[in-house]
Amino acid sequence: MDQDDILAIFFQECDEGLAVAESGLAALAGGAADAEGLNAVFRAVHSIKGGAGAFGFDALVRYAHLFETVLDHLRAGRLAHDLEVVRLLQRSRDVLDDHVHAAQNGGAAPDDSGVVAELSQLAADPGAAPTVAASAEAPAAAEPDADEFGFMPVTVDLDSFNAPAETPWLVRFRPLAGAMAHGNDPLLLLRELERMGALEIRLDETALADLAVLDPCEPGLAWEIEMPGDTDEQAILDVFDFVIDDCELSVARKAENAAVLDLPADLADTPAPADQPAAESRAAAAAAAAAPPAGERPSIRVDLDRVDQLVNLVGELVITQSMMAQRVKDLNLDLSEELDDLSHLTREMQDAVMAMRAQPVRTAFARVPRLLRDLELETGKSVRLDVSGETTEVDKTVVDRIGEPLVHLIRNAVDHGLEAPADRVAAGKPEQGVIRLAAEHRSGRIVITVADDGRGIDRARVRAKAVERGILAPDATPSDEEIDNLIFAPGFSTAERVSNISGRGVGLDVVRRNVASFGGRVTLASTPGQGSVFSLTLPLTLAVLDGMVVRSGGDTYVIPLANIVECIRPAPGQIRAVGSRPDVLELRGMHLPIVDLGAVLRGENGDEGSETAFVIVDCEHLGRAALRVDSIDDQRQVVIKSLEANFRAVAGLAGATTLGDGKVALILDPESLIAMARTPAAALSLAA
Amino acid sequence: MSDIDIDIDNAQRQVIVFEIAGHQLAVDIMAVREIRPWSPSTPLPGVPSFVRGVVNLRGVVLPVCDLGERLGWGKSNPSERHVIIVVQIDGQQVGLIADGVSDILTFPRSAVQPTGDVAAEAAAFLEGLVLQDQRMLLVLALDRLGLTENLQVAA
Repeated sequence: MDQDDILAIFFQECDEGLAVAESGLAALAGGAADAEGLNAVFRAVHSIKGGAGAFGFDALVRYAHLFETVLDHLRAGRLAHDLEVVRLLQRSRDVLDDHVHAAQNGGAAPDDSGVVAELSQLAADPGAAPTVAASAEAPAAAEPDADEFGFMPVTVDLDSFNAPAETPWLVRFRPLAGAMAHGNDPLLLLRELERMGALEIRLDETALADLAVLDPCEPGLAWEIEMPGDTDEQAILDVFDFVIDDCELSVARKAENAAVLDLPADLADTPAPADQPAAESRAAAAAAAAAPPAGERPSIRVDLDRVDQLVNLVGELVITQSMMAQRVKDLNLDLSEELDDLSHLTREMQDAVMAMRAQPVRTAFARVPRLLRDLELETGKSVRLDVSGETTEVDKTVVDRIGEPLVHLIRNAVDHGLEAPADRVAAGKPEQGVIRLAAEHRSGRIVITVADDGRGIDRARVRAKAVERGILAPDATPSDEEIDNLIFAPGFSTAERVSNISGRGVGLDVVRRNVASFGGRVTLASTPGQGSVFSLTLPLTLAVLDGMVVRSGGDTYVIPLANIVECIRPAPGQIRAVGSRPDVLELRGMHLPIVDLGAVLRGENGDEGSETAFVIVDCEHLGRAALRVDSIDDQRQVVIKSLEANFRAVAGLAGATTLGDGKVALILDPESLIAMARTPAAALSLAA
Repeated sequence: MSDIDIDIDNAQRQVIVFEIAGHQLAVDIMAVREIRPWSPSTPLPGVPSFVRGVVNLRGVVLPVCDLGERLGWGKSNPSERHVIIVVQIDGQQVGLIADGVSDILTFPRSAVQPTGDVAAEAAAFLEGLVLQDQRMLLVLALDRLGLTENLQVAA
């Protein structure tokens, strides 16, 4: 691993740290005085500082240090945490983000003077409210009396008085059998602690054996050391660095160990942060104190390529397994039980491997709060963000690819959806707009919605604009839904002036195309005056697909199960000729256009004499159709292989896969097949 | 011709020689990934006739190109005696159908001569000719075959 790899990991960790900071600060802003959350923010900033130091990003280090100092004040309770402070911290996080990216891209350090000034003030004088607060709505509940005395020390003193940061540490240390054999001398450790200002060192000799049975090589003593409360816990742990494996060690706040006081949850009153070495100590007490909070499970970092390799290999294993099953069957061997087991195992293995690639969509959502803060500044609109379902898991490739469309939709919602504050008030709405961002699983797909409570689509204006741009014929009479969908047309933008935010010509058509390129779709529902809801419907994974294996003209094809409504074998008379082709299939009173796979894919003239089955598919835009196939063979999960990797996209196909016989089968894209059957031109535009 | 080319004019060049419809073709050995027996391919809809379809190369979907058809010598009728030469072009792997692989040859870079009008229709896809032991080798310019990028325009 060379320097560049390490650097890449550092920036990856920076991104993760920034995301943690974002969610931690969001929780604080939401009023959750959660000590662990604050600690997480602190750790994130601290790690970024540490890494940046190692790589010599001085500007980043200086800034992160200042940020960290203020966070530390807050953590220790020296700084009251109110909304103004949290707002400042959020802005500070954004600047940290800019710093990280400046370091990553080798650009100039961002202009951080404003935030730095405010942070410096807080760092130097944590008692004072931040400047913004000090100017206007500053006085907190406890402060009004202070003015009568002509000075304002009260807040500071109360905070630091209350701050359990000063509660002394109680360190329990007991060398274990064998500790002496490694040349450790407790005396040196005790001296070091004394030098650091130990308040009291007590000897606990209760475990010492009687002289008659005493083994002079084994330690029998233990110590309790009280350290000043302001000592850095890490510094204490560092003293024991070399003996940590040979001793029982616990470091905890004294009051907590005494377990007499049920202290109110306060920011500084926290046990050791989860990632500190105390967690590795053998002492149960320390382990309990430092246990990671529920839900945060240990994880390792694995190169995505390795996981992908595993996914591929397991895919091949599944195929080889089914080939073997076929051979065994041909040879009439009685191995069905073992084969069933093997097939279960491989299937489970495939699921487990796919789960390794699953990630919560939180990663994609993480950038949204920052984006909104920037947009608030640019537009002067005030926005509240409601997020739900951010733990919904989806394949990493999908998470990676929804970031861009999401940013587009959010920008669009703020810029076009939400009204200016004055207009909102006039419309009887609260001044602050609401953007709701939600993710949920729905029938094998993930649906992400971006909803605003703005003005909704102005259909008259959209229509006028579409006619003006030549997108819509002047005499057309589109339905409301069709008008709404015009905003996805290429080159359409209704923004009256071109803003920095949207209206740059690359608009929603890009979103639609982008999402379609990985098998998703965008839909829109809008109620005038009440807002719009954009829904992104995406596949859970881009790697595996549930499909139906069909045969047509000697070739095998896979139809995605997600599109299939039902399969039928037609009764005589169900197929109706309607003059020219295509014929229609009558199904319970409905007439479905027939798409002959042989005709569309191979240019054959449909031979109706042969054995025929119909697969009824339902598509987002082109509705239902009946695909004519020769036979339906199987329903199974297939590994999607890209045609683009070594070739290019092919109209009518969603990809390819390898089947049990080792041959390649093509995965059909019903939507574009129907389009191809209707007009050759439509097929071309879909392929582009 | 750039300086670099002049510098390496005398450098040796190694090619794999294969045969299609009686023609001797050569492809730079560095571009060749492997040579495997022909296996039936799955035809793709709506692609040019010289793309015979795709085959499964250990889990990778490999497009197979009928060079004979591409070079204007007519469609080949591959059987089990044919081979697929897997070559790397611009980061993509493509299989070329050949009647058989005959040789590995080394010659100086300067031995490659312009095609002139010898190879007619095929000339557009050739880097040049090499005369070796009374044989005429057509050296393929893989990047000009237009197996992928030109197709996108065509589509």
